Amino acid sequence: MWKFSVRRILIMIPQLFVLSLLIFVLAKMMPGDALSGQIDPNIDPARIEELRIEMGWYDPWHEQYARWVGGVMQGDFGMSFRFKMPVTELIGQRIVNSFWLSVATLILTYLIAIPLGITSGRYNDTFRDQLITGYSYVGFATPLFIFALVMLWVFGFQLQWFPTSGSVEPGMEPGTFDYFMSKFYHLLLPALSMALITTFNTILYLRNEIIDTKQKDFILLARSKGASESRVYNQHIFRNSLLPIAAFFGFEITGLIGGSIFIENIFGYPGMGQLLIESISLRDFSVVTATTLLFGIASILGALISDIILSLVDPRIRIK
Amino acid sequence: MAEKLLEIKNLKTSFRIKDDYFAAVDDVSLNVNKNEVLAIVGESGCGKSALAFSIMGLHTRAKMEGDILYKGENIVGISPSKLNKLRGKHMGMIFQDPLTALNPLMIIGDQIGEALLLHNKEMSKTQRKEKVIDLLNKVGIPRPEYVYEQFPHELSGGMRQRVVIATAIANEPELLIADEPTTALDVTIQSQILDLIKDLKDDMNSGIVLITHDLGVVAEMADRVAVMYAGEIVEIAEVTELFEEPLHPYTRSLFNSVPNASEEQDRLHVIQGIVPSLQNLPRTGCRFAPRIPWIDESAHEAHPELHEVKPGHFVRCTCYKHFRFPEEVGKEEEHHGVS
Repeated sequence: MWKFSVRRILIMIPQLFVLSLLIFVLAKMMPGDALSGQIDPNIDPARIEELRIEMGWYDPWHEQYARWVGGVMQGDFGMSFRFKMPVTELIGQRIVNSFWLSVATLILTYLIAIPLGITSGRYNDTFRDQLITGYSYVGFATPLFIFALVMLWVFGFQLQWFPTSGSVEPGMEPGTFDYFMSKFYHLLLPALSMALITTFNTILYLRNEIIDTKQKDFILLARSKGASESRVYNQHIFRNSLLPIAAFFGFEITGLIGGSIFIENIFGYPGMGQLLIESISLRDFSVVTATTLLFGIASILGALISDIILSLVDPRIRIK
Repeated sequence: MAEKLLEIKNLKTSFRIKDDYFAAVDDVSLNVNKNEVLAIVGESGCGKSALAFSIMGLHTRAKMEGDILYKGENIVGISPSKLNKLRGKHMGMIFQDPLTALNPLMIIGDQIGEALLLHNKEMSKTQRKEKVIDLLNKVGIPRPEYVYEQFPHELSGGMRQRVVIATAIANEPELLIADEPTTALDVTIQSQILDLIKDLKDDMNSGIVLITHDLGVVAEMADRVAVMYAGEIVEIAEVTELFEEPLHPYTRSLFNSVPNASEEQDRLHVIQGIVPSLQNLPRTGCRFAPRIPWIDESAHEAHPELHEVKPGHFVRCTCYKHFRFPEEVGKEEEHHGVS
């Protein structure tokens, strides 16, 4: 088990290297830089050129890359042009917001998907199952950004059950219970909107997996031992059916990142996704590379977590 | 008179395909006595496994009619909790494919132990473990303490089949149903497994229903043989009787299909055609008639019944009286031509 995890973690080093290289090169290839649009038109273009040289814009790319990686390793992502503050500081609060949004979304996703998937798979081809699969197909066909807008309009503006933007009520004292509750309250609608869309994959996957496991020979053997229906399901079917869901956990995280970019923009939620889109449109180079890198690392970590979970629950893939 | 353990009366098991029910087991009546091996033979798709699953109540979506009496108690339409008290305790089942018959996520010890746990709540954990190791020993698994902790994928096919057998016999059931227990194994392992089942039978005095399409296995193991075709029993007799004097055209065709090593053969004898699928089964007349088209239609009965030709030897349909293989028909004609 330990050997497996250590080996799996070592594989991440070349992955991270390639990821950082790709991000850096792609960001460099973006047309324009932070200076092209931001500077007062009265400034002499020669001064802008001077600034570019000062910043190292014309240095060979590998030197720039080495400088950037060197900084990143020490937790320094450079300065943001737009906010005129260190990127690390800028990201600090937002990463926490995004993290809690993702956690809430994941919890809600599984809270909805697992009972529905299990019901649908266990009682397949009954009315209940048709209802659940029908709902899943409709959800499958609904784009996240449209659905999120509808949710925002209905629950935020019409019913006014939830706040429509921000991550916390202004003027709250951080650390107090009210502050925490306000954060949670702001989180709920975006997380629920995203969860409702992402569950469909999991529901359908779980349903098919259960229907498939149900007719395996070892289930017949369990029945022929005299196990009751509920025992057959709890002991034999569910555990085997949840394996692929565990394997999908990593992809779920990758999907969340994509989803959070939409969600944070629609709900005006100050997280990494919102920051990324803003920074791209303003060519805030150092922020773009930093956020993309962190998203990439999150995906790699997601894959690592799936592998470790899978090796914990499935004895067949434990490497000796 | 031998003690009747299982009595099946007019059993009909039907499956729903699109909006109709089709019988995979059609009007089957059988008994199994204590300390007896009843073999059920037939081609694939004849309803052998469907019959075995019916006895164990493993069909979750089939319509079952008729009676299956286990020691006089009808288990058709019995409540699930009562059925679960019988299954595993009084009836055990051995499955065809040991590679898929074990839960891949549970250690061997827990899988066998489950059978004990379900029927013997007072047994302590250590007692249970001891008993499981005992069982593993009994079915000839080396290093049982070690295997106890292993997962199914760490064992070979033969070993896994031994585990399945150990599970089936954990509570010393009086009725053991073996559904092609050796089909998925290679020949050397086959004979070991058969010997094991035989020994266990002698130990426990159980009745065994052995489902197979291997006539060699039948000769070695069975006391009585029932031949099934298209969901019906076409012939049933004591094993020696059946091997010496098979009567039904289907039984004779099966025996004729076994290659004979002592005789030189250019071609193997085959039975024409295939077993019809569930939807295309002939439901009237002799079901085997389409596969022996050279036999005159008048030889068959309109509603074939089981005829007792000798005590304990039953044959369905009168066509057996007129049946000849095509080669024989040819030879006879030649013979007539000369005389």
